[in-house]
Amino acid sequence: MKHIHSILPSGDSAVLIRLEQTISSENTIEIYNLMSQIRSAKIIGITDLIPAYCSLMVCYDPALISWQSLHDRLKDLSSLQQNDITVTQRHITIPAVYGGIYGEDLSSVAELCGLSEEEVIAIHSGTDYFVHMIGFLPGFPYLGGLDERIAVRRLDEPRIRIPAGSIGIGGRQTGIYSLDSPGGWRLIAKTPVRIYDPASKDPVLFRPTDIVRFQPVSEAEYLDMEQAVSNGEHVHIITEGGTSWGSGS
Amino acid sequence: MGIRIIKGGMFTTVQDSGRTGYQDLGFHVCGAADRRSFRIANLLLDNPENEAVLECTLIGPTIEFTSEMIIAMAGGDFRPMINDEPVPMYQALYVRKGDILKLGSARSGRLCYIAFSNYLQIPVVMGSRSTDTVSGIGGFKGRKLEDGDYIEERIKRRKYLPWFLSRKLELHEFESDKAEIRVIAGPQDDMFPEAGIRTFLNSEYTVTSDFDRMGVRLDGPFIETRQGSDIISDGIPFGAVQVPGHGKPIIMLCDRQTTGGYAKIAAVISVDLPKIAQRRISDKIRFRQVSVETAQKLIREEELEFQSMRDQIHQPCKEVLDIRLTAKRMKQLFEEN
Repeated sequence: MKHIHSILPSGDSAVLIRLEQTISSENTIEIYNLMSQIRSAKIIGITDLIPAYCSLMVCYDPALISWQSLHDRLKDLSSLQQNDITVTQRHITIPAVYGGIYGEDLSSVAELCGLSEEEVIAIHSGTDYFVHMIGFLPGFPYLGGLDERIAVRRLDEPRIRIPAGSIGIGGRQTGIYSLDSPGGWRLIAKTPVRIYDPASKDPVLFRPTDIVRFQPVSEAEYLDMEQAVSNGEHVHIITEGGTSWGSGS
Repeated sequence: MGIRIIKGGMFTTVQDSGRTGYQDLGFHVCGAADRRSFRIANLLLDNPENEAVLECTLIGPTIEFTSEMIIAMAGGDFRPMINDEPVPMYQALYVRKGDILKLGSARSGRLCYIAFSNYLQIPVVMGSRSTDTVSGIGGFKGRKLEDGDYIEERIKRRKYLPWFLSRKLELHEFESDKAEIRVIAGPQDDMFPEAGIRTFLNSEYTVTSDFDRMGVRLDGPFIETRQGSDIISDGIPFGAVQVPGHGKPIIMLCDRQTTGGYAKIAAVISVDLPKIAQRRISDKIRFRQVSVETAQKLIREEELEFQSMRDQIHQPCKEVLDIRLTAKRMKQLFEEN
């Protein structure tokens, strides 16, 4: 794999595989491919894989495998040709109600950006977002691709509790709170979709490489959908197999 | 039948060895902060290594047993009492229905673990019974224990354990207020100039009150960076030493988030993590650099140490042996006559 810069120890139980230090969908796809490759190699002793923007952390149990032998295995793996591994990209449409009690900061975001609320909604919901990584909270997606016109700094005073499903903007990033949690992002909308659902077989909706788009809905539609979700129905739309990404792309 | 929490204590949670395997989905590992004491508590009862225990912080809980079982405690000295009588830690103890176990405030260390022979009836979430209080999942309702909580026992297990009198181990002392913590450099040590690394390795740092299961902030000399300490977020291992813009190290512990954006100058080696978890506010810490190979050798040595503890509690103790010896001598006496 041509983009790997280094394989370094991160303590005695983790290895950090570093790519070029940039945020790009190519890096995300390459890391995702490398992850599947490591998973299918079934190396004994690996306990966790943590993909990030431009690195992959491999956590392991040093009682089962030493740093040196893991390093060598990973080096071999990453130098392999791996054209057969591809990611099927998914497009996920997330309904969202903007403003009001659902997005308390919409008006202040509009004001800070010198736009009307309608313009902020049109820009935010008119963009495809790329899931770079999941982190911070279970299922919380780091979405790339936010339009610079609506990039606003975080709140000076973080909120103590943000309800799950809230959609916020923090700098050049936008994201959906997967759980009730404290946070400093400016909230502009809310989705009825449970992006983290502990009762589900796949409790986390997003995965790196997904494309996300927000679909504005009215308050009445939102309330209907919320009801549907609590009855176990899905109100988001997933289209699969749009594009296949090989490592060479 | 199980245990009733009469008083929850300061911060008592259900923990096992953690929620591994799901960090790519953003799940925090959690689990016991002091893995060594956690393992010893389970080991004393022949529990599975990963069995859920109670982790108590600084001020322990008061627990009523609603059935008979065997328990063991390990970690900092919380001066435990059963029915107002002091009982030893690092030893298997019988408790009867109606008995009250009361843990005091920590005389030494910061954390104490209570293991139960009948196990705790706690649902498994993503492969673990550990409480993630940050996300509010796992453990007992995703939160710390509160007065009046009731946890069922999971099995009706042994009321008897073989070699019962042998089931005690040496107390672990956490008294010293100065600790040497060994670290492995990196992975972002290249973001610090030589002077910054030297400051980090040659200074004394103080444990601050900003100390919870997510991490501990240290106070001490400012660590210089080359060009700030912001990195593009990457994975954070247990024990990672981050240095944010303020130049003071933060050691990331079991409830840490999976990824973060501060440079990691080093990581604490596994066998020294319990020392960190058991530190108290204003204790002093010095760091010393070792190689990955050394750190992993120490892990293997610790495994052997655990094996010798298992051997030690799985044989007749001296008191029993003495009785056997006496019997043998008496038998000889009778035979001679």
